[in-house]
Amino acid sequence: MDKRLSARDAVAQIEDGMTVGIGGWGPRRKPMALVREILRSDVKDLTVVSYGGADVGLLCAAGKVKKLVFAFVSLDFIPLEPYFRQARQSGAIEVMEIDEGMMLLGLRAAAWGVPFIPTEVGLGTDVLTHNPDIKLIDSPYDDKEWVAMPALKLDVSLIHVDRADFRGVCQIAGPDHYLDDWFARAAKNTIVSCDELVDTSFFADPARAREVFWERSATSAVVEIPGGAHPSSCSPLYGFDVAHFKAYTASAKEGGIEGYLEKYLGADEAEYQRNVGGLEAIRALALPTY
Amino acid sequence: MSTVATDYTLAELCIVAAAEAFRHDGEVLATGIGVIPRLAASLAMKTFNPDLMMTDSESFMLSEPNPLGKRPADFQQANESWMGFSRIFDNVWSGKRHAMLGPTQIDRFGQTNTSALGGTYQQPKVMMLGARGFPGNSICHANSFFVPGHNTRIFMDGECDFVSSIGYNPARVPRGRALDDVDIRRVITNLCVMDFGGPDHQIRLLSLHPGVTVDEVQENTAYPVVVPASVPTTPAPTVEQLAIIAALDPHNQRAAQIADNPPGIRA
Repeated sequence: MDKRLSARDAVAQIEDGMTVGIGGWGPRRKPMALVREILRSDVKDLTVVSYGGADVGLLCAAGKVKKLVFAFVSLDFIPLEPYFRQARQSGAIEVMEIDEGMMLLGLRAAAWGVPFIPTEVGLGTDVLTHNPDIKLIDSPYDDKEWVAMPALKLDVSLIHVDRADFRGVCQIAGPDHYLDDWFARAAKNTIVSCDELVDTSFFADPARAREVFWERSATSAVVEIPGGAHPSSCSPLYGFDVAHFKAYTASAKEGGIEGYLEKYLGADEAEYQRNVGGLEAIRALALPTY
Repeated sequence: MSTVATDYTLAELCIVAAAEAFRHDGEVLATGIGVIPRLAASLAMKTFNPDLMMTDSESFMLSEPNPLGKRPADFQQANESWMGFSRIFDNVWSGKRHAMLGPTQIDRFGQTNTSALGGTYQQPKVMMLGARGFPGNSICHANSFFVPGHNTRIFMDGECDFVSSIGYNPARVPRGRALDDVDIRRVITNLCVMDFGGPDHQIRLLSLHPGVTVDEVQENTAYPVVVPASVPTTPAPTVEQLAIIAALDPHNQRAAQIADNPPGIRA
């Protein structure tokens, strides 16, 4: 089955009001080119589930987000995400604020087809106070109360990987696949962008096959977008773009999202990449040291 | 024999005091978020608790802590296992972890806030990070806190604007659980070391940094601090500890952690 699509056709599958999961973590391996394609589209009223970075900030600033399911939104080296803050501080979005691990459990529950997973995480905190829809339950095996973390069912997931073949076998060669396997499994429709489209024989090497974290049946569409994680990182191919994130953050104080999008977004990814210095420059971005 | 140092910074004193929090932990993952907590956990691992586990703050477990900041091109870190984020949660939920973090608010119950300040929940005045992993950390494993600027905005009046982590608040004890299930260890600040070992888990003074008074700590804490009959001075670093800290922090990032990088012994 050939799952290759253009970014525009892939993102056209997202409808108003859908729940969209976004892979990666903070400023790391975010499917930013697919996010930008959403910014170029008319889709709206999304519920976004993400270990958030600029993906969330941009979608909030562009008015695409009705509700955000999050544990944090941060650019790490710039701890506070500027456009997410604006969205929260202006009361523009509904939120479901949960613990990082609760999000993982919610994705697992969705992936496994169970309505919830019991956990003690969240007890005693305002994660429960502000989420009356998250119920506490009795255990049939002890006398404690437990949080019933509900399944976070996703209509669509967006994920960026290093390499994929035309059938949706995806390689993540970097040091961490984060929770991307669960985003892929929790969604009805998983759209993957890849830095490089490879022949299926690429995966014959067992070391490469071990860098595949979900089977191809969990991938619905493959979009080849070299540099598609920019300005987030796609280690080991490129690091995150510190200068760009600084300019992005500064834009929230001066010029606003309109100024930022005017300067960078472009009509398509080729124009975006020209606006940020080109693919060669992206591929030359140094890997971060932690 | 170790030699007590006479010339050290307040940051170095705090690193050594914070390292003590990990002394009796045994074989757990020590997670220090921020320069001083990370150096503290690293110092503990390199000296009195070699059983500690540590990550590279990215995705591998290390048998030897990494120095902070840019490292030489030929540097090879001492990986011992893969430890991506999904596996971190397996570790958190197992309880075999001790995290040291720097929340924005710490109330009298030891509850903390990393999420939002002021306004309403729907429209906070200042949005910060979010709850992050604090709810899970606080109920699953041991936690300590580091505060570089001890004041009444952090150790604040009333209850946290958003309770990110469970503490010793009797009104919030989950059914079937007890306050003693919560495990807050040490609170290290630029003024003192405290814990929540007072009557009814009130915050308690354990030691004062050189030249700091009980009154100064109380004036900068918006709720009562339990003061034992005798309060020792926070022990000075040894010359050997300072050398290990310097090797772990070759770019001297520790100098930028406490305002004006004051000396450990007040002038």
